[in-house]
Amino acid sequence: MPRYAHTVDGTRYRFADLKSLLAKATPARSGDHLAGIAAGSDEERVAARMALAELPLATFLDEVPIPYEEDEVTRLIIDEHDNTAFAPVSHLTVGDFRNWLLSEAADEPTLAALAPGLTPEMAAAVSKIMRVQDLILVAKKCRVVTAFRNTIGLAGHMATRLQPNHPTDDPAGVAASIVDGLMYGCGDAVIGVNPASDNVHTVTTLLRMLDAVIAKYRIPTQACVLTHVTTTIEAIGRSAPVDLVFQSIAGTESANAGFGVNLAVLAEARDAALSLRRGTVGDHVMYFETGQGSALSANAHHGVDQQTCEARAYAVARKFKPLLVNTVVGFIGPEYLYDGKQITRAGLEDHFCGKLLGVPMGCDVCYTNHAEADQDDMDALLTLLAAAGVNYVMGVPGSDDVMLNYQSTSFHDALYIRQVLGLRPAPEFEAWLRDIGIFAPGEALALAQDLPAPFRHALAKLD
Amino acid sequence: MDDPADTPVIPDAWAKLRRFTPARIALGRAGTSVPTEAQLAFQLAHARARDAVHHSLATDVLRTALAQRGHTVATVRSAAPDRKTYLQRPDLGRRLDETSRTALAALKAADDAPFDVAIVLADGLSAFAIEQNALPFLDAMLPRLPASAWKLAPLVVAEQSRVALGDDIAVTLHARMVAILIGERPGLSSPDSLGIYLTWQPRIGTTDAQRNCISNIRREGLDIDLAADKLLWLMNEARSRQLSGVSLKDDTQAPHERLAAPATNFLLDSLP
Repeated sequence: MPRYAHTVDGTRYRFADLKSLLAKATPARSGDHLAGIAAGSDEERVAARMALAELPLATFLDEVPIPYEEDEVTRLIIDEHDNTAFAPVSHLTVGDFRNWLLSEAADEPTLAALAPGLTPEMAAAVSKIMRVQDLILVAKKCRVVTAFRNTIGLAGHMATRLQPNHPTDDPAGVAASIVDGLMYGCGDAVIGVNPASDNVHTVTTLLRMLDAVIAKYRIPTQACVLTHVTTTIEAIGRSAPVDLVFQSIAGTESANAGFGVNLAVLAEARDAALSLRRGTVGDHVMYFETGQGSALSANAHHGVDQQTCEARAYAVARKFKPLLVNTVVGFIGPEYLYDGKQITRAGLEDHFCGKLLGVPMGCDVCYTNHAEADQDDMDALLTLLAAAGVNYVMGVPGSDDVMLNYQSTSFHDALYIRQVLGLRPAPEFEAWLRDIGIFAPGEALALAQDLPAPFRHALAKLD
Repeated sequence: MDDPADTPVIPDAWAKLRRFTPARIALGRAGTSVPTEAQLAFQLAHARARDAVHHSLATDVLRTALAQRGHTVATVRSAAPDRKTYLQRPDLGRRLDETSRTALAALKAADDAPFDVAIVLADGLSAFAIEQNALPFLDAMLPRLPASAWKLAPLVVAEQSRVALGDDIAVTLHARMVAILIGERPGLSSPDSLGIYLTWQPRIGTTDAQRNCISNIRREGLDIDLAADKLLWLMNEARSRQLSGVSLKDDTQAPHERLAAPATNFLLDSLP
């Protein structure tokens, strides 16, 4: 028996269950078509949105798209739901929740207090009936500030991850890209390397190198080697200097199993990193990456649309008080997000849902060569996300990641958006950039002409 | 040579670091943006990578060249009718269209005895990879497979193909293992990279964990002869141990693990 229905000019559209209603209300994207759960026509899609808009928000506490008994992410969402925080919106439908979010009543402190009262499905549902400008406007009002050796997410600021990957993890090659990024003012979110090898020895070598660079040049930032969480736990066991624990996560228990993780191992890793007490201004020690389509690609989506699955990943993330969370929005490929239009919408949805749920969202604004996308699409998404108050974006030399073979945002891109929107780096990091002479003295964020002395000395040895 | 005073481009003072990495570092800047020359170089690389994705495999040229070498060749298509569908429906790229299946079934051995190995040349995400690397690779590989030791199925050229199409092909031809040469997803600086996936006793639904992969075969990447040695080693091991995939570790890959890399570098060696 279909539980949900909506009539448009005499045509009755029926939706078998809540997850079907959510899937059919989702803006068109290739992954939901691949899964066979997308709306069959544009009219059906809007009919689903109309039915969704009439649904009381509280429905999502009674009916879950993935059964409580089968999935620890569902149990996390339900068991940790804060009914008191939910109270201010508990009487609203999804449609009126959108209206309320756009209203002046939904200001920064109100939204921060509401976050623990929202479930990922509520955030996903309302995002499906929001336009791009709605996603930007509301996300801009959600502030999520985190700290480790600097403070990320403050109003008027945007940080960057310096991503100095190298095809064979060669430390000198990594160091060369680090210099490139630092000299362009990047690296306050994290200096984060994706290693080519998962070998614990390689990972430890890179961790020691990053730690030594940060210490020697007194950079107020944190390092991370983005390897599997169990490898990082092993590295901590070998006394490696771990600032942040990285892990890719998804929104279902079985998709996380595909990544080789569960909630227990994430908790174990967080405890291990906290025990090192390496933060100076805060103790957010986790770094998560997510992306629409990961549950489907692991055949672990339970018939739930990819955007709702993605929002559920943020429930996993917020449990562990992360410093950084970013969707890697265009990495997965055209079978999930076909073109620039789909990638753009997905990036803004992810940022909105994450922020609404209280997650410190950044975004890897990116694409692969088999997607219908190019640098113009990335410029547009970067600009929209920065307008929406994204916590950080990536910085890759010349946009070309020579290890992972995809294109992301560059150090130059970050300076472009700083210039256009007046966004500043994390305050502690900006002070360092000025002190060491990467930025010229003065209020404006202008790059200095000369190489700072410590770096000039380091490079002089190469002649 | 431009006089530096004549150009608004501000060069980066660390250009000598380029020796350490293929990354696009020290591009210089126009204001704070990417200078014109670097921007156009990037666009050229992206254009080549996209052309690689959308280029149709020149099957006639390939068939002729293989026939001249005395090989029987079959050409097949996946169930994905065009590139746009192929890119969005990996499930269709994993199975044969029915016409191809019928034609291929006619090439089974007369006594229906299994072939030892089926070799498939598949466009994947870069037909350039096949056009530039497949023939040199076969010229190196096939002499390593004497008829006395290996009963080879007819060579198969496959269009709109994913890796798992090889499973459908092997089942249809009745082959005990399949080696599929396939164009890898083009990188910005590697539009023609060839990958080879070997699968023992392929079936419909075989997962990637049951395959062994040799990646990055191209002029600037893994050498053809080295790749042929690796594949032969994997084929012999797969046949004798009757398995492939994660439990079949490729010992010849040891040089890949450059673990001796020093933890130190120019940034750390000394500071005044």
